Amino acid sequence: MSTDTAEIEGPDILKEWVGKTRTYEKSFNPELYHEVQQFIFREARLQDIHDYDAWEDLWTDDALYWVPANGTDTDPERQMSLIYDNRSRIALRIRQLKTGRRHSQTPPSQLARVVSNFEFLKSEADDIKVMCNAQIFETNLRGDTMWSSRNEYSLRRVDGELKIAYKKVVLINNNKAIYTLSFLV
Amino acid sequence: MDGNFKSKWDELIQPGMVHGSLYYDDAIFKEEVEKIWFTTWVYIGHESEIPDRNDFVTKSIGPMPVLMVRDSNGEIQLLLNRCPHRGNAVCVQERGNRARFTCPYHSWTFSNTGDLINYAFPEGYKGTDKSGLGLGKVTRTASYRGFVFGSMAAEGPTLEEHLGGAKRCIDQLCDNSPTGEIEISAGFLKHRTRANWKFILENECDGYHPAFVHSSIFSVADSAIGDLYGNDAVAVTRSFGNGHVEVDPRPEFRRRDKPMSWFGTSAEKLPDYVAQMNAAYGEERARQIMIDGSPHTMIFPNLFIAEIQIFVIQPVSANESIQHSTAIQFKGAPDINRRLRQQTMGSVGPAGFLLADDTEMYERNQRGLEIRQPEYLYLKRGDFRERRDEDGFLIAHSTDDMPSREIWKHYRKMMEAK
Repeated sequence: MSTDTAEIEGPDILKEWVGKTRTYEKSFNPELYHEVQQFIFREARLQDIHDYDAWEDLWTDDALYWVPANGTDTDPERQMSLIYDNRSRIALRIRQLKTGRRHSQTPPSQLARVVSNFEFLKSEADDIKVMCNAQIFETNLRGDTMWSSRNEYSLRRVDGELKIAYKKVVLINNNKAIYTLSFLV
Repeated sequence: MDGNFKSKWDELIQPGMVHGSLYYDDAIFKEEVEKIWFTTWVYIGHESEIPDRNDFVTKSIGPMPVLMVRDSNGEIQLLLNRCPHRGNAVCVQERGNRARFTCPYHSWTFSNTGDLINYAFPEGYKGTDKSGLGLGKVTRTASYRGFVFGSMAAEGPTLEEHLGGAKRCIDQLCDNSPTGEIEISAGFLKHRTRANWKFILENECDGYHPAFVHSSIFSVADSAIGDLYGNDAVAVTRSFGNGHVEVDPRPEFRRRDKPMSWFGTSAEKLPDYVAQMNAAYGEERARQIMIDGSPHTMIFPNLFIAEIQIFVIQPVSANESIQHSTAIQFKGAPDINRRLRQQTMGSVGPAGFLLADDTEMYERNQRGLEIRQPEYLYLKRGDFRERRDEDGFLIAHSTDDMPSREIWKHYRKMMEAK
């Protein structure tokens, strides 16, 4: 955990895809690292097996779930995003999936994702900020699709348990035409 | 293929029946590129996407990329991104602002009007006339209320002749803006679709599918869209000719008689917008506009105005297409614009509550055609109840196949042309 901001600074042409400068945490807390990693592994598993209710329970009441399009640090209040869900829209997304008539998930995608490269960001507030990479293999009626993303989380301790206050999923190919993405990413 | 055979099109396109190969045959796709995409007026982009001089954005005509540029003089240019020297791309950015384009291969440099300005080591081209070595251009360019179209054919109908009665829909859309102008400024979602472009084209004014394809979201969200496409709906479909069709829900909205009901909201929730509309049009006219709402119109072959968003359909191959979609913004109306974006983001694109499922249907249709019996698709729903409206346009029930039949009629005319 010795990365710092200087290491990701580079020419402007990279910023669109690497994102704005982020400040990485140099100190290392093995217990927190383990706890956060286990939490995100659990989230990944709930997504892979479509345990919608358990996944929805992971979010705080003021949560934001953001999957930008056309870059990393776009302005979601000005630009189109693939997903820009507040807490009530997360709930709506789940309710739709649970009808059994969300055709693009009927039958559901078969999924396995690998989450790795955890790094903590410096955080001014109590929220725990962590970044990681994800690779997802999806197979469905259309065929096999590989998805790859850089994810950013703000986690918050609520009544002793970690919750997701913010999750941003930057698909590496989010400037290209991509296939339907109706599983939980 | 007996004595009655006149052309393959008689065989492939029959009244209310179209042959499955029209959606998967590679040879037919190639023919479409020439006879439709490189002939008719194709929607390129909106002037508001390149507001400043030297702005450019990458668009397309069918499978071919096109640079839509506002040149140094402020004029719109549709340039072809191919260096006349060896075919390299002179621009690999999707959008930006630049007065010149330089090919990286041998440094040929072009102005954003497409003229060749310079090449490296010019002594080797002694006596060469640069004027014949500019970038290619889309043959004809025309705009209607900010919507830019291009045609690769030197001759043919003007844009306004091509749009015909569908101009009313673009006017109706712009009327919903208090400034009379819309903006396309939020960037596009790009949805890759393993299906032929015509499945997308036909679905845009298919009022038969929403009750089934979208029942999941209608059942959990507070949506009144379903009412427009029920068995008892009073909404109609209309054909303007030239392949342009619409679903016209105004009869339903006029029955409700509530401003902004078309947008699933009320005048009280958008006080700033309503005040701007009243100031711009006068209360009576503004009220009518806000009752009628925004159109639901498919402009052949690739521009779908879906009330609050536009879709641009791009064919890639017989079996693959891209749907480009974005929120419409009413110039100078921030309180409604946020809602237009939020609702659009929820509905469309690869993760959208609606479009993920529409696209699932397109892809299943496409795979279904691998099954070769029955050979034809059946498009006769409501053919006994087509009628003419007061303007002479064909109309039908909102759930009827009339729009598809009309699209195929025009398609056949284009494909049969020399």
